[in-house]
Parts: sequence; structure tokens; C-alpha cells
Amino acid sequence: MKLLVLAETDGGRVSEKSLPALAFAQQQSPDAFTVLAIGDNLQCVETLTPYGAQAVLTANHPALAKPLAERYAPVVAHYARQLGADAVVATTTTFSRDVLARVAGLLDAPMLSDIIALEQANGKLLAKRPIYSANLIGTFEVEGYPVVITVRGPAWGKPKPANTESPVQVADALPNIPTRSEWVRLQGSSGGRPDLTQARVVVSGGRPLKDPETFEKYIGALADTLGGAVGATRAAVDSGIAPNELQVGQTGKTVAPELYIAVAVSGSVQHLAGMKDSKVIVAINIDPEAPIFQVADYGLVADLYQVVPELIELLKQSNGSV
Amino acid sequence: MKILVSVKRVPDPYAKISPNASGTDISREGLQMAVNPFDEIALEEAIRLKEAGQATEVVAVSIGSAESQEQLRTALAMGADRAILVQTDEALDAPSVAQILAAVYRREQPHLMLMGKQAIDMDENQVGQMLAALLDVPQATFASKITLANGSATVERETDNGIETIQVSLPAVITADLRLNEPRYVALTGIVRARSKPLETLTPAELGVQPRVRVRLIRVEAPPARQAGKRVRDVHELVRLLREEARVI
Repeated sequence: MKLLVLAETDGGRVSEKSLPALAFAQQQSPDAFTVLAIGDNLQCVETLTPYGAQAVLTANHPALAKPLAERYAPVVAHYARQLGADAVVATTTTFSRDVLARVAGLLDAPMLSDIIALEQANGKLLAKRPIYSANLIGTFEVEGYPVVITVRGPAWGKPKPANTESPVQVADALPNIPTRSEWVRLQGSSGGRPDLTQARVVVSGGRPLKDPETFEKYIGALADTLGGAVGATRAAVDSGIAPNELQVGQTGKTVAPELYIAVAVSGSVQHLAGMKDSKVIVAINIDPEAPIFQVADYGLVADLYQVVPELIELLKQSNGSV
Repeated sequence: MKILVSVKRVPDPYAKISPNASGTDISREGLQMAVNPFDEIALEEAIRLKEAGQATEVVAVSIGSAESQEQLRTALAMGADRAILVQTDEALDAPSVAQILAAVYRREQPHLMLMGKQAIDMDENQVGQMLAALLDVPQATFASKITLANGSATVERETDNGIETIQVSLPAVITADLRLNEPRYVALTGIVRARSKPLETLTPAELGVQPRVRVRLIRVEAPPARQAGKRVRDVHELVRLLREEARVI
């Protein structure tokens, strides 16, 4: 199976979110995958070369300086055709959902979103993916190539370094790029913390955190002590305590860090869908009946305002050797 | 300005979903059905645009079995002007749905297509983007704010990196995210009025589409359950266990 992996970029630099798709490619087709990165004057392309891809193609053009699906999709479709790719793959993110489903439309290809397993049998693909808000797992049979795939990051992990570096090739002869979509601005707020979907440690807070200042003072501070990222529940986001892009759960992000600390998070089905694959889950909640305790490896029934500062102090004392 | 909105019939978001006895589908016995919540948000947005004088007609379209009429009646009760059911009992995949919607779009010639970013049954998040590709029009997915002016839409999008604003020329496909609006409750007068609004039924063949389904759900199972762990007394015990037992810090 010949794969084309679309690297995630913001138009200016390659994101480490691309890595699970590379791990998928290594597992499914170690000798026949090519990576495509799209943007303008792209930085960090070298982060894609250690993993055994046949080539890392870069498509650079001023019209591609921002990640607009209408502009990126024809470029992806063009190289998928040129390469004769059997599958076009990316890690599941809002970027890949936006771009690759449009690519599937351009290629008249079936698509599998957010898959956690894939096998090839009798010329057909069988893929598993979460359905019904991750309450169930569905197995899907797909016929016909090419197929477009997004892979759920936590299910595929990180790629292994290969023996040789992949050559970087500058793509020539770009297809016609439509310009009916214009990028205006991005209001983000990561605040220098690690990316939520990539972090080794995630600390999440719920609505009891009251306001953005309190949220930052407790959840932000604990995350920083552990070098982790900050997450939030839908209720916290809806009540304006935390920004949208921090939402973990069915309608937010899926995370599976080594350590997930849920502070004042009740543990709705909706939230669990986004974090229950974490390696170790810690729950701190004043309500001993909170559903979050049913999935937590370690539960502490306590008032967050008392124990979170204690926890931060204790971690700092023992020099927080994370 | 005419707006076309697609409306999918899905299990009620609060219903308990479980596999059927043979594990080939979900158990549908006694299952409450509803309008896909993201489509409901898209529909609400279309109706608000009409109420604000920016749209003249809102047409709701659904693809599915005859029962999907219920969801179209809900759409009409909310404020859609008329409805179209493309009736089929086949379990369609996203490319087939996009093809049928493209055919309806070409027949209706709207200025804007609004739909949910995904349906809460299969959670694929594909059809809007596929439709935009088939129609060769711009797309704005995951919309949390839409402003129309001078033949274009300025859309705030909920992305993994924050709120991104893009501008797309119309016609375009825009998919609704959770925070675009809060759909209204359907008033009794709306339900009564909906009965007299037109609901047309078509078949894929009448639209010139022969669906070719290539993605099929063949098995449904519950994910592995996670076991509850232990309660700790205080932060000292917690830190010790995270260090010595779990070895994650």
C-alpha cells in the first residue's frame, strides 16, 4: 500500500502533531510512504525526515502561507494522483478534518475518520474507529482505492527513527490554487505551554474553578509545576473560565497523556470520551460520588483550594523531578 | 438569499446507546430519535439570518428513511419554509450523502449551504467538506460565528489552535460547531404551522444519483472498560504512588 502522509502545518512551520500519522505509515507501509508538507517558506521540515519516508515533499507558495482547506486540498489531491497513492493519511486534528475530507471529495475517495486500528484482508480494508461519542467502537469495511484516512493520535503514538534521513524534495508545478477563501486572523492562547494533544502531562479543570484567574492560579500553576498542558471541561469553557481550544472531550480534543490530572471535573461521558485512554488518571474532587472516580487510577476526595497548593508545594520541594 | 440546511435523523443525544445482540449495529428498539444537534444549530443560524432580513428562504433537506419526515417537521416547526426528503433505506456513506446533497443543491441553487460539522452517530465530520469539493465552492468548517456582507461570509472557526477567522465568497458550505448559537425551543404555534408547510419527497434516482456505498459498518462493540483505582488519603500519598507505583513523575 502506497501512502501519502499530509504533515500538519500552519502554513509557516511543521507541527509535531504530524507524528502519529508517521507512526501509522511506518506500521502499515514501512517502505512506501511519502510525506507532503504545504506552506510558504516552511520551517521545521527537518522534523519529518528521520522516520524512513521515501521523500519529504514540500509545496511552498505565497498563496499557501495560511492553512486554508480550499487552497491546500487541490495540492494534496494533485500529489496523491501523481504518486498513485492508495491512501492519504494525517493525524486527526481540526486541520486534517478540514483539508482531507475536501481531498476525499476531490478524489472521489471513501474516507475513514479518526481510526484506532487498521488491517488489510482480501483486498479490503477493515478499520476500527470510535462512534456514538466514543461510547462504542465500530468496525468498518472499505472497498476501493484510494482511501483517505485520519488517525487518532493517541492510538498510534510516535514514529521510530529510521537508519537513513529522508530526502527533502521541493515540489514543482503546483496545481491551480483557488483563492475564494482568505485567512484573516488566529486568536490563540497556548501561553507557551506544551500542546494539549502532545503533552506528557495534562491538568484539567472544571466549572468549580469559578473564573479565568482562579483557573489559571490553580490549574495553570499545577500544569506548569509538572511541565504539562492545561485542559478544561466543556462546562468550564461554556462558562468562560477557559478558552475553547482547551476543551477536552467529545466536542473538543482527544488526549492520552502519561498522566492526566482532573481537578474538580465531574467526569461526564462527554469528557471521558476525550481522555479515558490516558495512561494514568488522577481525580481530585470534593464529591466522592463524582463519576470521574470510576475511571481514575488514583482518587483524592478533597477541596481543590486546599490540596492543589499543597500538591504544587510538595512537587516543588521534591524538585518536581518530572 | 436562499439557504439550504441539511438535517440528519440520529439517536437522541441523551439516549443510552448499546450494541445489538449480534453486534452488527446498535440496538434500535425503543430508541428515541432526534435532529442531529449540530444540524439543529445550523438550522437555527439559517432561521436567525432570515429573521434578521439577510435570508429570504430556508430550505431543510434530509436523506434517509420515511421516518426522517419527523425531523423535517421539527425543522419546519423551528422556522424552515419548506422541506425536502430524499428517501432511501440504504445505509449511505459520506461520499454518497455528499453526492445526493450536491444534486439537491444544484436543483435548489441556494446562496449558502449550512450544516452540522458532524453527525453524532458516526462522528465522521466529512460530508460538508466533501460537498464543498463536489460543488467547487469554498468551505468554512467548525463555525462559531458567521457574519454575512457583500457576497461573502466572515466566519470564526473553532480550531485546535484557537479561534481562526476566515472570509469565504458565497456561495459556500459552512459547517456549524457547538458554540454558534443555542437553538430555540419549538413553540406549539410552530408545530401547528409546520403541518401546512410543503414537504416534498424525492428519490436519489429522481435526482440522477446512484449511490455507490464503499464504507460499511459491519461490527459494533463496547470499548474496553477502565477499572476504578484506589482512593488516596492526601497529597503525600498521591505523590508517593505517582512516583513509586505509577512512575509517571
